[in-house]
Amino acid sequence: MDLLDFARGPALQVAAYILVAGVLWRLVGIIMLKEKPEFSEPRKPGGFMAALKVIYTRSFTAAPFKRATLYPKMLAYVLHIGFFVVIFLFVPHIVFFEGFLGFDWPGLPNNLIYLSGVAAVVAGIALLVRRLTHPVLKLISNFDDYFSWFVTLLPIVTGLMMPVRMGVRYETLLAIHILSVAVLMIWLPFGKLGHTFLVFVTRGTTGMVFERRGAKT
Amino acid sequence: MTTVDGRHPLDREAERLAYKPPEVRHDIQGDMETEERVEKAMHHFVKNFNSQTASYLDGCLHCGMCADACHFHVRTDDPRYTPIWKLELFKQAYKREAGPFALFYRLFGFKKKVTIDQLEEWQHLLYDSCTVCGRCSLVCPMGIDIAGLVSMARHGMFMAGLIPHELHETAKRAAETGSPLGITPDKFEDRVEWMADEHDVEIPMDVEQADVLAVMSSIEIQKYPQSIAATARILNAAGESWTFRTDGFEATNFGMLSGNPGWQKEATMKLINAAIKIGAKLIVLPECGHAYMALRWMGANMYGKPLPFKVMHISEYMADALNTGKIKVKKVDTSVTYHDPCQVSRRGGATQAARDVIRHLGVDFREMEYGGDYNWCCGGGGGVVTIKRADPLRHRVFKLKMDQVEKTDADELLSSCANCRQSFDDSQEHFNWDYKMGSLMEMVAENLEDEA
Repeated sequence: MDLLDFARGPALQVAAYILVAGVLWRLVGIIMLKEKPEFSEPRKPGGFMAALKVIYTRSFTAAPFKRATLYPKMLAYVLHIGFFVVIFLFVPHIVFFEGFLGFDWPGLPNNLIYLSGVAAVVAGIALLVRRLTHPVLKLISNFDDYFSWFVTLLPIVTGLMMPVRMGVRYETLLAIHILSVAVLMIWLPFGKLGHTFLVFVTRGTTGMVFERRGAKT
Repeated sequence: MTTVDGRHPLDREAERLAYKPPEVRHDIQGDMETEERVEKAMHHFVKNFNSQTASYLDGCLHCGMCADACHFHVRTDDPRYTPIWKLELFKQAYKREAGPFALFYRLFGFKKKVTIDQLEEWQHLLYDSCTVCGRCSLVCPMGIDIAGLVSMARHGMFMAGLIPHELHETAKRAAETGSPLGITPDKFEDRVEWMADEHDVEIPMDVEQADVLAVMSSIEIQKYPQSIAATARILNAAGESWTFRTDGFEATNFGMLSGNPGWQKEATMKLINAAIKIGAKLIVLPECGHAYMALRWMGANMYGKPLPFKVMHISEYMADALNTGKIKVKKVDTSVTYHDPCQVSRRGGATQAARDVIRHLGVDFREMEYGGDYNWCCGGGGGVVTIKRADPLRHRVFKLKMDQVEKTDADELLSSCANCRQSFDDSQEHFNWDYKMGSLMEMVAENLEDEA
């Protein structure tokens, strides 16, 4: 078994198991904690629709905060959209997903994918610089913030290196790229990257709590 | 060339022009050992972890955007006032003791135990520099209710005897006498009689059966007693069967503000029991922000089942009475702006009520820029106005409010919270800021048509 076989096979498989088990563990660990019953008379229905509403609306910044948060929000959007485009709209990735999903979807031209990837990396670096220099972020940041940053950007960088080659064999670069994805998958459930699934829980909870009060969400 | 005078040698080690941070006062209550204090804090932090708080504490991205919404950070640029940083110990306790990976955090020492020094330091962050106004909760991209978490973290601080003395004493007095300002039932009755005479208004007291129980805040009873008469005039004009009760008149809840759920429940139950006793269908809460949160949204949970009556803030009651024609008001020729009490509007959902009332008054209404739900807090909520040592910080923060108000160029400022009013009065005096600040309820009472 060479490095590529290992990366494609056991590494990715184990990473997938850890990803699923870790996400379930974290979600169950949160949900299993006791919940306080709510007896106050609601002003509005709240419920599931309220959760959905806030999951959507909190993607946008309220007017009073726009100016202050414009820069990091813009960078975060570029990072997230760039990451999404690279993962789901790059044709070789779609072929990979088709292998176990059984269906495919149209991709984007490679040039656009590379552009998205570069934009995501630039945004990521700008966010790191901000984290290292902004007094608030310097104070509140911990290992999780920096490690999560590293494992998020690693697959994009290793992916972007593939067409460049720099004298390295294609198979080796591909193996490194897949392994970097495996590292991301393994870390995702445990640190702040858990926001990929927790965002629905936190926004949804706030939606349900505050919408029934008729309060601002 | 100069030579050093040997009789007065240079002391090159002495600190000069070095910044010496002022000594911060950490208050402690009770005579617990340090270890016991820490254990109590941790125990009561953990007690508050439910699936809602857990998702919030697990979901933080450390993006720091909450700092841009917090008046304490905006006015000082001190990163410690970042709202989520105020919860750092609470988060630390959660991750170490209750989170899904708590075992690993403990096993590998990833999250250290909270220490007494940290708890003392965080006293300033959880009490002096947070009014629980909830503006930070609106900016969080994860939708985390940071303000709600601060209230919960205060439980642990209270039980560990680690809260500011002034707030503790006020809450204790409220628990012992039924009022944070020590207003006894007899004193309340005296004030009511005085106001009835002074304003020539009928004020029912201790009626055995009534549809509406009206309650007051001690701040109003003591500092703005005309509120008692205003409440009576409005309820009389609406033709309500109503009463004040000496066994349930205090709406403020310093148990909630200080972080003692037991005291919070006692204060809440007094009102609930008084309302049930007289068969009330409605409790009308006074112009007090946190009283609204304590009874309207937390009261039933303290009671353990749905309340057998409705709860309305006086601004909601007035809006409803005006909208349905139960009361009518004369038009008032002035321009006003309105300061929203955070717990009534942003966190309570009654933002529109005051605007309905203002519309009926026919004034030239000038909404503040980003008023309503995004309003800057007065700086005195969450018990901060009672903490003397927090005054310089509170005054600094108030400047944001001043700017917001002045930009409207309105003749006067109205609000519907006695605590905000007190905070305004104090800060106005501090800044020699000559601005007319009044109560929405009193403006309605003064301009009633066809008083019954």
